[in-house]
Amino acid sequence: MNLTYTPEQQAFRAEVRTWLEAHVPKAPLEHYDATREGFEAHRQWEATLKSGDWGMVTWPKEYGGRGLDLIQWLIFEEEYYRAGAPGRVNQNGIFLLGPTLMEFGTHEQKQRFLPPMASGEEIWAQAWSEPQAGSDLAGVRATALREGDEYVLNGHKIWSSRAAFADWAFGLFREPGSERHKGMSLIFFRLDQEGVTRNPIRKINGHVGFAEIFLDNVRVPAFNRLGDEGQGWHICMATAGFERGLMLRSPARFQEAAAALAALWQSRKGTCDPALEADVVRAHMNAEAYALNIYQTASRLMAGAKIGPEASTNKIFWSEMDIHLHETALAILGAEAELLPPTGEHEWLDDYIFSLAGPIYAGSNEIQRNIIAERMLGLPR
Amino acid sequence: MDFTLNDEQLMFAETARTLLGDTCTPDHWHKMMEQGAGFDAARWAQIVENGFTLLLLPEAAGGMGLTELDLALIAIEAGYVALPEPLAESAGVGAPLLASLAPDHPVLADPAAIIAVAPAINPVVANADVAAAILIEKDGRAYLVTPDQVTLTPAETIDPFRRLFRIEWDASKAEDLGPADWTLALDRASLFAAAQGLGLAQRAVDLAVAYAKDRMQFGKPIGSYQAVKHHLASAQTAIEFARPVVLAAAAEIGHADVHSRARVSEAKIVALEAAEKAARASIQVHGAMGYSWEVDVHLFLKRALALKAAWGTPAFHRSRIATRIFTQPLGADQTFARENEHA
Ligand SMILES: Cc1cc2nc3c(=O)[nH]c(=O)nc-3n(C[C@H](O)[C@H](O)[C@H](O)COP(=O)(O)OP(=O)(O)OC[C@H]3O[C@@H](n4cnc5c(N)ncnc54)[C@H](O)[C@@H]3O)c2cc1C
Repeated sequence: MNLTYTPEQQAFRAEVRTWLEAHVPKAPLEHYDATREGFEAHRQWEATLKSGDWGMVTWPKEYGGRGLDLIQWLIFEEEYYRAGAPGRVNQNGIFLLGPTLMEFGTHEQKQRFLPPMASGEEIWAQAWSEPQAGSDLAGVRATALREGDEYVLNGHKIWSSRAAFADWAFGLFREPGSERHKGMSLIFFRLDQEGVTRNPIRKINGHVGFAEIFLDNVRVPAFNRLGDEGQGWHICMATAGFERGLMLRSPARFQEAAAALAALWQSRKGTCDPALEADVVRAHMNAEAYALNIYQTASRLMAGAKIGPEASTNKIFWSEMDIHLHETALAILGAEAELLPPTGEHEWLDDYIFSLAGPIYAGSNEIQRNIIAERMLGLPR
Repeated sequence: MDFTLNDEQLMFAETARTLLGDTCTPDHWHKMMEQGAGFDAARWAQIVENGFTLLLLPEAAGGMGLTELDLALIAIEAGYVALPEPLAESAGVGAPLLASLAPDHPVLADPAAIIAVAPAINPVVANADVAAAILIEKDGRAYLVTPDQVTLTPAETIDPFRRLFRIEWDASKAEDLGPADWTLALDRASLFAAAQGLGLAQRAVDLAVAYAKDRMQFGKPIGSYQAVKHHLASAQTAIEFARPVVLAAAAEIGHADVHSRARVSEAKIVALEAAEKAARASIQVHGAMGYSWEVDVHLFLKRALALKAAWGTPAFHRSRIATRIFTQPLGADQTFARENEHA
């Protein structure tokens, strides 16, 4: 155990910092879920990132990355949030599908899909949920019928983040007639392809953050299937492990939010309940605990371990800490909490609203607690 | 940057787990409680034999010169068995404190000698009666006394295995060891309390899991009910997020700066919260059994309550964290920051 950065790691941090200082847009971009323009501005930013080779630093160079390790990824993320850089519009691609492709994809698939993912030329949505299959994901009904070298996709997906504007989706489909965890495959399709209809859905903050997707005899090459036919469930669970256990929510996000909360407290403490200081301290403690846990996970993975069911404890921890942090901010804002802030100011209210989605997406926290109880603790189903 | 434990550390912890697991079983607890005993000389002898009391002592003082991290891993195991003997307090706090003040002190020559500590922050002294020496804080100095030089009045506590005393003493009759680093003593004590908290918490969860698999109601094991599962999953989550804080606090304690002190305080707060949360969940899952003396869950609750407030209450430790937050730079790049690295 050695909790100091090597000179190389410090030099890397300095390099990231310098680059971001020179390139991060001075004015915040319009949110990528708000409008097509906001979305495209973020795609543009991804291209800028790629021009500095920062698209996805952990991937091998040949796939558009830098071949760096997970500690360097964490350093990158810390600098990224510190610099206030735009949100990653391709997060479902780079943080979820990417690591899964790395593990299960063929060399040809990696060559085909990873570089344009790293550069934002192709932005991805996750199409797993269906109206009848939410928590019970093994209940998906959308089908993939094999016809020669192609699949014919049919079905109805919903709650697909960014699908209203994205280019591609990775969906979960089943062989017609198969049931539950068997016969599923993870298959990619283009969202602007013939037979695909996408209807935007407004989130509670008014943004068209997700879409429902109808697939009507959509034809895709068998090349678009990740892993073996019928291996879809297994691959989805690996993706979910990355999502919950490591990449979806990097600690830096919460540390920066906790720092902003401390500043908010400093500027307003004269006018609010002094007991709130304990919550400000708690927000900092939570963010640090989360960071330390992720550094531990990164070190373990680098030493050859794999992500297991403990990933579910992460998901619970960050989602609950995020709500607590934003609740505290609103309490400090007091009667002003309901007011929409002027453009450019910290959006505590919107972030609070978004934090409420944390216990729902990426597998609800109730489901995570079931997983912890059954797979970590060994309690009976 | 590497957050993994090395093989030697894991091996040491494994040795401690086996030794303490074999010698500090529910049968042992029950026998000690029947006898009203809070100290088992045979077990202490085995702990000493395995070198655990020498771990943190510098080699110059006849010790092994290992680190707080090594001892913290053992303290976790001590918590797991609600160890009555003062391994953490004596070997983790008293011995290194004495060694820093009087490395040639004869008490240090006996690895079995118990060194009790009486900081100003605690109203009572643990294990004072069996101690070969008691180190007392007064005006920043440390005074050494032996139990026969002072008046010890037992202070009854809810934890059957804690032996606490109020102490009356006379500085003029004590050995003045000079100014001492009481902050480091508090850091160490808090760290090892936190480490024990992790063990307490995990044992409380494990006891409940075992019970929940066994106990049938409505024709099914109670562990199959979600309400029961979720109590224990929440407790396990608290443990998973306290553990890295404790390990980091142990690894960084030597920096002795505002960051390392805040990290120790974070560790103490979150690990003992996890312990209390787990013990309470465990009591709930055990039903009335959990409320009985017979079932051992109460031992873990009681130790958690004791350690939570000893060596600084949560409010005290929170104020140390607040000092770090409001006097030092904050943000995503500051996780492993040091006080002297930025001005
Ligand atoms: C902001 C946001 C973004 C999302 N993005 C995507 C995306 O990009 N792609 C995608 O495929 N999906 C996405 N989702 C969908 C998300 O994965 C689902 O909402 C989630 O899996 C829950 O499914 P559901 O909404 O159908 O709720 P349900 O499964 O109907 O659950 C409703 C409630 O019942 C509880 N519940 C259900 N089953 C159990 C059980 N066995 N035990 C205890 N409680 C239970 C749940 O915890 C929840 O509280 C997103 C959702 C949100 C809110």
